[in-house]
Amino acid sequence: MRNVSGLLFSGGLAFLLLVMVAQLPFGQPLMLVGQQILQVSPNEVGTANVVAAVLLAYRGIDTLGELAILFTAASGVGLILGHLYSANSGSNKKVDKSGFITLKGTELMVPLLLVVGFYIIFYGHVTPGGGFQGGVILAIAFFLPTLVRSDAHLDHQLINVIEGLAGAVFILIGLWAMLYHHAFLQPFFNSVFVKGHLGDLFSAGTLPLLYLALGLKVGAELAGLLSMIADFPELTGEQNK
Amino acid sequence: MTIEVVLLIGAIGLILLGLAGLFIHNNVFRMVLALVLLESGVNLLVILSGFYRSGVAPIFLTGSEAGQAMTDPIPQALVLTAIVIGVGVQALALALILRIKAYYNTLDMAEIRQQMEYDLAADTGVTSPASAQSPDTLVRSKTIYSDENKHEHMQGDKKIGEPANG
Repeated sequence: MRNVSGLLFSGGLAFLLLVMVAQLPFGQPLMLVGQQILQVSPNEVGTANVVAAVLLAYRGIDTLGELAILFTAASGVGLILGHLYSANSGSNKKVDKSGFITLKGTELMVPLLLVVGFYIIFYGHVTPGGGFQGGVILAIAFFLPTLVRSDAHLDHQLINVIEGLAGAVFILIGLWAMLYHHAFLQPFFNSVFVKGHLGDLFSAGTLPLLYLALGLKVGAELAGLLSMIADFPELTGEQNK
Repeated sequence: MTIEVVLLIGAIGLILLGLAGLFIHNNVFRMVLALVLLESGVNLLVILSGFYRSGVAPIFLTGSEAGQAMTDPIPQALVLTAIVIGVGVQALALALILRIKAYYNTLDMAEIRQQMEYDLAADTGVTSPASAQSPDTLVRSKTIYSDENKHEHMQGDKKIGEPANG
């Protein structure tokens, strides 16, 4: 019975959405909110990538809230799984099950992943990419060795330090903007952080710094999350019995 | 049929699949997977609200025409954050599932609910109203607990927070 009503509900919702879609005018912009931002953002913010401008200049506080959500999720996972991990990590001497190709492939991949991750973060305001995407790639770079080699463990202390520092820097740059009578978290320009030309690496003022902090925080957060789940005793195949 | 219609139907189909999966499945892990489908459907729907056929990506390149129409950057920024939040939520759900599996040794929604209610009643000292025909008694008398788990339960105090295999 529950299945039938559930299916009816989802079918009805899909029908509703389809009916609304059928009434949309196609071939022209559906939403007009972004058009104004597209016009003013090159002068106001100075990023070539308008998505980055929206993310950090116009919706900076939302991004901070998003970081808070990610932090809550990470600490929730730590709370749920954490002490199992710490109780287990001392006696973790299982045999390597990964083959030669996997091990060497990982060793080859890690530096490349680091380079690509940092490139995507640093060029986030001029090309497609940014803190979130680069952060995820950094997280993979840190997480991959712990997945392949049993003796490699993520240094949770270090991860916590990076995460805390990145979060603090993000907020401090936001407060720094207030010092110059800008809004909280608004990117600004001065003699060091120049506005530059559209599309230059050193452009858009403090926005690249914000993106760097964001990327590091996302990377550290996700790496910690993944490694905590991967280190769960039942998943590593060892039973304490 | 324009490309927009095809894409929108795809997004709505993903939402439909995810919702139906949430309702149909009793396995909590499959419910999480259905949630992932639902999430990607919603993300696609949001990002399609800023899409139109002749628009280019909202990035100013040197040499790009000045007046060229760009797609709406706001939905893209929204979805960018939504994806990362989604990963966090999925990880949290997965962690809960791992603990449930370690403690109750089952992933079935109905069984988990039964055992949770049983444990709650045992911890608080409130007896849940039950008859010989109630699903609670029926399920409990059958196969949920393997013999060793039953033995543990006879001894009583399996503390919450202690792994079942510890």
